[in-house]
Amino acid sequence: MTAPVRALALAALLLLAAGAPFHARANTLRVADQGDVMSMDPYMINEALLLSFMGNVYEGLTGRGRKLETTAELATDWKQTAPTVWRFNLRRGVKFHDGTPFTADDVIFSLERARGEGSDVKTYVAPIKEIRKVDSHAIDIVTHEPYPILPQAISVWYILSKQWCEKNNAVRPVDVRKGTENFASTRANGTGPFRLKSREPGVRTVLQPNPEWWGKPEHNLTEVVFTPISNDATRVAALLSGEIDMMQPVPLQDVPRLQGNAALKVAQGGEIRTIFLGMDQKRDELLGSNVKGKNPFKDRRVRQAFYQAIDVEAIRARIMRGASRPTGLLIAPEVQGFSAELNRRLPFDPEAARALLAEAGYPGGFEVAMNCPNDRYVNDAEICQAIASMLAKVGVRINLAAETKTLWFPRVLRRDTAFYLFGWVPASQDAHNALFALVATPGEAGQGQFNLGAYSNTRIDQLTRQIAAEADMGKRSGLIAEAFRLTQEDVAYIPLHQQPLTWGMKKNVDMVQLANNFNYFRWATVK
Amino acid sequence: MSRVAAWLDSDLAWSFRRSPVTVAAAAVALLCVGGALLAPWIAPHDPFDLAALDLMDALAPPAWLAEGRWRFLLGTDDQGRDVLSGILYGARISVAVGVASVLLSALAGVALGLLAGYAGGAVDAFVMRVADVQLSFPAILVALLVDGVARIALPELAHGAAAFWVIVLSIALSGWVQYARTVRGSTLVEARKEYVQAARLIGRHPAAIVLRHILPNVTGPVLVIATIHLATAITTEATLSFLGVGMPATTPSLGTLIRIGNDFLFSGEWWITLFPGLALVALVLSVNLLGDWLRDALNPRLA
Repeated sequence: MTAPVRALALAALLLLAAGAPFHARANTLRVADQGDVMSMDPYMINEALLLSFMGNVYEGLTGRGRKLETTAELATDWKQTAPTVWRFNLRRGVKFHDGTPFTADDVIFSLERARGEGSDVKTYVAPIKEIRKVDSHAIDIVTHEPYPILPQAISVWYILSKQWCEKNNAVRPVDVRKGTENFASTRANGTGPFRLKSREPGVRTVLQPNPEWWGKPEHNLTEVVFTPISNDATRVAALLSGEIDMMQPVPLQDVPRLQGNAALKVAQGGEIRTIFLGMDQKRDELLGSNVKGKNPFKDRRVRQAFYQAIDVEAIRARIMRGASRPTGLLIAPEVQGFSAELNRRLPFDPEAARALLAEAGYPGGFEVAMNCPNDRYVNDAEICQAIASMLAKVGVRINLAAETKTLWFPRVLRRDTAFYLFGWVPASQDAHNALFALVATPGEAGQGQFNLGAYSNTRIDQLTRQIAAEADMGKRSGLIAEAFRLTQEDVAYIPLHQQPLTWGMKKNVDMVQLANNFNYFRWATVK
Repeated sequence: MSRVAAWLDSDLAWSFRRSPVTVAAAAVALLCVGGALLAPWIAPHDPFDLAALDLMDALAPPAWLAEGRWRFLLGTDDQGRDVLSGILYGARISVAVGVASVLLSALAGVALGLLAGYAGGAVDAFVMRVADVQLSFPAILVALLVDGVARIALPELAHGAAAFWVIVLSIALSGWVQYARTVRGSTLVEARKEYVQAARLIGRHPAAIVLRHILPNVTGPVLVIATIHLATAITTEATLSFLGVGMPATTPSLGTLIRIGNDFLFSGEWWITLFPGLALVALVLSVNLLGDWLRDALNPRLA
C-alpha cells in the first residue's frame, strides 16, 4: 500500500467510525401517504391529513388522547365560569420552536387569524365571540351563545406565535381557493413535540423532535420523513421493499398480501369519516351541464333519483372489497348524536330513479360534470367511475374529472362544481360540527363553510343554533335527529359510506391509530 | 390482376416468402390491426358504454380459471369492463395514434428534408440545426412538454377530446428529424444526377422538380423509417398513457389499460395488466420485425 492510499483508507475508516454511532441510534420513521400535506400552515385547509401532520408541530389549547378523549395541551385546565364564559389557564414555561415564550397574546392573535380572511378553519372558532386576557397565562373565552362542547370543539385549532407571524408577514393564512403562498406555507413555528426541519412540497417533509417540548416524549424517534406516493402499486412496493416504514391507505386489494408478509402488519379500523356526494343547489344554471337556464338539482326529485340510482352495496362489495360501512347519515356511529334509527338509506332502485327523472322533466336524463379527487379518500376515483356508470343506466351522462387534490380542493372549495364527492370527519366527534359545516346555510362566521352545494333550509339553521347551546343531552339528541331527518327528507346530500382505515407498517413500528385517521408521531416507536 | 402477379413475382415478395419470421410477424400485425379496426363489430362488449357496465361483474378472472365466465374471456377489470374488449378498443386508439403521428411527422420531415437538401445554404443549415436541437430532446420529454402546455392552454372540458391530438402532435414533433435527415441526404445525391440537371436546364419550376422528380426517388428509405417509427410511436403513446399524461381512463389506450391494471398486480389480479401488455408487445414486436425486413429487402447491398 502506498502512503496516499493508506491515508485515504484511514480517513475512510475514521469516517465510518464517526458515522457508526449515529446510525446505531438513529430512529428514522419514514411514512408515506397517497397525497401531500398541502401546506405547513395549519389554517390553510381543514383537511385531516394536514391537521394530523401539523398536529405534531403545532398544538391547540386542548388536544386528543390515545382514545380520542379531550386532553390538556397548551391549556392546563379550564372551567365554565358563566354560561357563555370559559376560563382557560395556559401552560407556563412553554416556548415556540424559535424560542419565543407562549402567552395569552398568541391565543388572541390565533383567534383573529383563524376566523379572518383566508382561513379554512373558521368552523372551529365560530362559536367564539371574543377572548379576554386575564393575565399573561389566563384567558376568558366568551362564546356567542352557551356552547357546552367548546373544549372538545377546539382541539385542532392550533396556536401560532404572534411575533413570528407578524415578523414574517404571515398574519393572514393563505386562502386555498386562491392558491398563493406565504412564509407560513413552507415554514412552521409551533410548540409541539416535533419541529419542521425541511419542506419540499410534493417531495418530502422532514420533522425532528423538539428537545424543549414541555411534555414527556413517549416516542423514540430521531427523525420523521414524510413522502407522498400517489400511485397505489408504487406505495405498496415501497413498503414491501423496506423503503418506507409506514404508509396509508393500504390499497384494499393489497391488504391480504401485506398481512401475509412476515415483516409487515396491517392496522385496520373503521374510520369515522363519512364519504358522500354533494350537488349544487344554488346556481341557476349548473356548471358543465347540457341543461340550460335551470338547475336540475334544485328539484328534490332529481336529487332523489341520483340517490336511488346508486348501488352502494355493489361499491362496498367490489370497490371497497367489503370493508366500507354504507350509511344513510352524514355522521358515523362513533359520533355523538348518531341515531341508528335514522341510519337508513333510500332503497337502490333504478326504475324509481328513471321515473323520478321523467317526472321532474328529464325523461332522457341529462349531462353533468362531476369533480372527484384521485388521491384523497380510499379508492375515490374508482368510486366516482362506478357512480358514473350507475347513473348512465338511468340516462344521466357524467363527465368525470378525477384529479389530484391540490387541484380538486381549491376547485370544490370555491364551489366551482355541480356534483362532487367529499368526505367529512367532525373534528369535535359531535354531530353539531357536521350540521354546522356541511348543512347550515353558508355565512360569514364559518357556518356552511363546507356546504359546497349551498343547500339551504332555515329550519335546519335554527336547529343548528339551538343544538350548539343546548346542554340537556336528551333534548339535544332530539334536535339533532330532527335536523338530520330534514336533511334526509330534502335529500340535501347523498351519503355513501364510512371508509375503512388501513395502515400498513413494518412489524417493528408501533403507532396509535385514531379513528379520525390522525397519526401523532409522539406515540410512535421504532424497535 | 397482372399487377398482383407482378408484385408476387417481385424481389420484395420473394424475400418475404423466404423469411418465416416475417410471415409470422405480418400475420400477427394483421391480426392486431385487423382486431383494432374491426373492434366495434367483433368486441363482445362496448367498454365505452358506461350504461352497459355492471360493477358486480368486476374483477372476474379469465374464463378458464375457477370463477371465470365465458362472457368475459380474458376477465374483467375493477369496474366490470371486459378486458378483451378493452384491448380491442385500446389497440384501436394505440394504432390510430401511431399511424396519425407517423403520417404527420413523415409529412413534416420529408418536406423539410427536401427543402433543406434542394435549397442548400442557409436554409439547409437552419433546418439541420433545428433538427440537431430537436434530437437532443428525448421523445418522452417533448411529449410531456407539449402535454403540459396543452393542459394549461386548453379549457378543462376540452382535455378529454383534445388528448388524442395532443399526443399525436407531441410524438410527431419529436419524430420528424429522422425523416428530414434521411430525405435531405438522398436529395443531395439525387439533385446532382443528370435527370435533375436536365429538368433544371429546360427551366422547370424548382417545386415541380422537387415534387415530380426527386420525391419519388427518395421515398424508399422513408417507408422503412415510417414502419419502425410506427412501433416507436405506439410505445411512446403507451408510455405516456402509463405515466398518466396520455389517453384518459374514459377512452383507454393499451398504455392506459396497463396503468390501470398495474394497481392490481400485487393483489393477484394479474389479467388486468398482463393481457393488454401482451397485446402491446405483440403489436410493437410484429411491426418492428416487418420494419427490419423491409429495410433489409430494400437494401440492394444486402442480398
